[in-house]
Amino acid sequence: MSGFRILVGCKRVIDYAVKVRVKPDKTGVVTEGVKHSMNPFDEIAVEEAVRMKEKKLASEIIAVSCGPQQCQETLRTALAMGVDRAIHVITEPKEYESMQPIHVSKILSKIATEEKADLVIVGKQAIDDDCNQTGQMTASLLDWPQATFASKIEKSNGDLSVMREIDGGLETIKVKVPAVLTSDLRLNEPRYATLPNIMKAKKKPLVTKKPSDYGVDITPRQEIVSVEDPPVRQAGQKVESVEELVTKLKEAGLV
Amino acid sequence: MLRASVLRLFSQPIRQTVYLRECLDTSAFPNTLKLYSTQTAVKEQPGTTVSEKEAEETRIGKRRPLENAPFIRELFLGRFAKEMLVYPEMTKEELEHLNQMVQPIEKFFNEGLDSKSIDVNAKIPDEVLQSLKDLGLFGQQIPEEYGGLGLNATEFARLAEITALDGSIAVTLAAHQSIGLKGILIAGTAQQKAKYLPKLATGEHVAAFCLTEPSSGSDAASIQTRATLSEDGKTFLLNGGKIWISNGGIADIFTVFAKTKVTVDGVEKDKVTAFIVEREFGGITSGKPEDKLGIRGSNTCEVHFDNTPVPLENVIGEVGGGFKVAMNILNSGRFSMGSSGAGILKKLIGMTCEHAVSRKQFGSPLAEFGLIQEKFAQMTITTYAMESMAYLTAGVIDLYEKPDVSLEAAIVKVFSSEGCWSCVNECLQILGGLGYMKDYPYERYLRDGRILMIFEGTNEILRLFVALEGMKYAGKELKDAVKIARNPWKNPGVAWKMYKKAVSRQFSSKKRNSENAVSVHQPYNSKLKLHQSLHNTLQYEALLLEGCTEAFQKVVEHLLITHGKEIISAQMDLAKVSNIVIDLYGMTACLSRSNRSYCLGLQNADHEIMLTKAFCKDATKRINTNLKEIYSGPVENNSENYEHIAQAVFKHGGYAASHPLERMW
Repeated sequence: MSGFRILVGCKRVIDYAVKVRVKPDKTGVVTEGVKHSMNPFDEIAVEEAVRMKEKKLASEIIAVSCGPQQCQETLRTALAMGVDRAIHVITEPKEYESMQPIHVSKILSKIATEEKADLVIVGKQAIDDDCNQTGQMTASLLDWPQATFASKIEKSNGDLSVMREIDGGLETIKVKVPAVLTSDLRLNEPRYATLPNIMKAKKKPLVTKKPSDYGVDITPRQEIVSVEDPPVRQAGQKVESVEELVTKLKEAGLV
Repeated sequence: MLRASVLRLFSQPIRQTVYLRECLDTSAFPNTLKLYSTQTAVKEQPGTTVSEKEAEETRIGKRRPLENAPFIRELFLGRFAKEMLVYPEMTKEELEHLNQMVQPIEKFFNEGLDSKSIDVNAKIPDEVLQSLKDLGLFGQQIPEEYGGLGLNATEFARLAEITALDGSIAVTLAAHQSIGLKGILIAGTAQQKAKYLPKLATGEHVAAFCLTEPSSGSDAASIQTRATLSEDGKTFLLNGGKIWISNGGIADIFTVFAKTKVTVDGVEKDKVTAFIVEREFGGITSGKPEDKLGIRGSNTCEVHFDNTPVPLENVIGEVGGGFKVAMNILNSGRFSMGSSGAGILKKLIGMTCEHAVSRKQFGSPLAEFGLIQEKFAQMTITTYAMESMAYLTAGVIDLYEKPDVSLEAAIVKVFSSEGCWSCVNECLQILGGLGYMKDYPYERYLRDGRILMIFEGTNEILRLFVALEGMKYAGKELKDAVKIARNPWKNPGVAWKMYKKAVSRQFSSKKRNSENAVSVHQPYNSKLKLHQSLHNTLQYEALLLEGCTEAFQKVVEHLLITHGKEIISAQMDLAKVSNIVIDLYGMTACLSRSNRSYCLGLQNADHEIMLTKAFCKDATKRINTNLKEIYSGPVENNSENYEHIAQAVFKHGGYAASHPLERMW
């Protein structure tokens, strides 16, 4: 076997360091003029794929991003990190606002089949909508086994042994390839895209497709009613003594 | 004697005047204007075939020959190249690509770096240096064919904004590529480039620039290090010592300047030659790292050469042509200091702003106090001007085929180094006691930033350079007019008019002041019509700039007539000339940039317009003051007193006034 063909998902999200602001009309958050970058969990997915290629476990890595034109910047970052080629599934900014994990999963599964991928690695969730669904749904659509929240991935006899982060500990499972993996925080520490590699990435192939090319309909089926800031935390009170505290708690009907 | 003592004020030996005089001597520096015009002429020759033209065009890419003469030099003649009011821009793809490169570097400088420990330990850890090399930061301007990134000036300036966030790293990088390897890049042969650049690009080899010696600072022509040609004529033996060499202890490749014997017209002369010297050549020792005020993590030390053999093919440029190489290297490296300074200030203004809105005194946040607001406004205006000038200059370098921006770059260096110093100082002041503490980075930025006014040409030398180069340029064209004015008896008619003017000036100080001050025309009276190149919102500022340009041209003429060739020793006047032209360039850059932003509707463009208006107003005030001082002469503007006071101090070997408690009875 000549190594896996790996498909990685790269979502473009508002940078984690940016303080997110709600639009005045409450239809969403302000994205214009705001710094965006690759979803950190997807960055971990890309890094893992690149490491697998460096260990000769993988033969080719394809990155996919769905969304508006600027997603190509995210894909270029992935290419600079070591991905071989990229597919940009372009959508109108308006459409993208209502795009859901199910749409992305459908697109990913179609591409995985078309590209004859052996592995799909995506971040366990995106830091903007925190859905944590795309990996699982992709696995389901492809009818492949899944290994989510991976914190260690090793090859064993043609299969993969994956250590997963679960509540209260770690679990190691074996999955048969082809499979869908989702990366957790501790899987690896992504590298910096170096400038010489960014230069080289310019020459790597990046093709643009439309959701319809994959027969996926992304017409919105839901409507955003209102986006609001979390309520501001009320200021606390200082009490002088335990007695006062008890009285206050009683007054508030809490004890 | 007098001149020497004033000169010593700048801690420069007298020899600097030799350099300045060389600058003035037209034969030493070819007429750049002529250079451009011949180039254009060659290209337009009807005989050139299409394929030749095409080949030429691909070679220079999008670049176009500079149609107008160098901007700042032309200002000395009152001529204004209106292309400068069209702010340069990158294509969308170029910008996207650049932003791509910015990301990982920003991330590295914000997350992967402990600048405080670099400062305290006075060393950049090896693994940090390695990361910087891996990121590709050591080969930024080296062409891609030699393994570098092949960045143009604008891209280089943009990255400098980020690398400047750590002074030690910024200087290490600058010593390597802005000066250390620049000689090979701009004047090296194909063989030299192929041999040295690939390893320098990856950082496997680090470069250093060796010019300064104990007895030779700004006066580069006076160096003592000597290279003697061996009898077989194949090898030079290098002997001498260099001081304060950035990267001196870690470099593998040195660009070294040394005196060599050259025969010119049968006369043997000592002339400076530039060499590429490998540490491998042997006979090179580095001293221990100097303990410095700032940029403490950058390695600075002495480098000694003891019979170091350097093969003949390692001469950069021509034997005896080293002085020009040195000046070209230094002139081409300065422009990025503007964006570096702006990078630092933008970060500090953000941090200080957070403090000002959260810190409460007397029941309200500092941000509500007028004195704090004034500081923020001034810092923002300065940063805006700095950034605008830096990217305008970089844009000119990228846009034109053979740009001459030596004066523009020197202006950017002077303005941004001083702006950086004063603004960092204000940030620290706003923090008050906290700013003084080592737990905060303000004091480190203050110490790190101090070097900017000293190295790569002290600001004093650069002010003289800008003023004298401009005067030289204007002087050539005004030669006849100046001759007439200086020899009135040969031209009685002209002399009589001038005499009348002088007398009327003498008797009417009011008239004198109004005549010499900046006057603002009505748009229909305007000659330069700068306002036609700008949005209506900026009409008044355009007229101000025109008025300042006119007044500046008049004062240049006035100085040439008053001083003639002696102008080179009128340093205090020259500095004022420089200050005016710095403000003119600042106004041009701000107007040009904010005009673009406003017309495109960039975010906060109205804020940019306000910054521009404020800068232009301040700059005009400063220009008016400088004009008044120059016209009022050495007695009224106090420069004569300054000379006397300084002389007295030198005579007494220090502070000469008696102690205030002293008594005689």
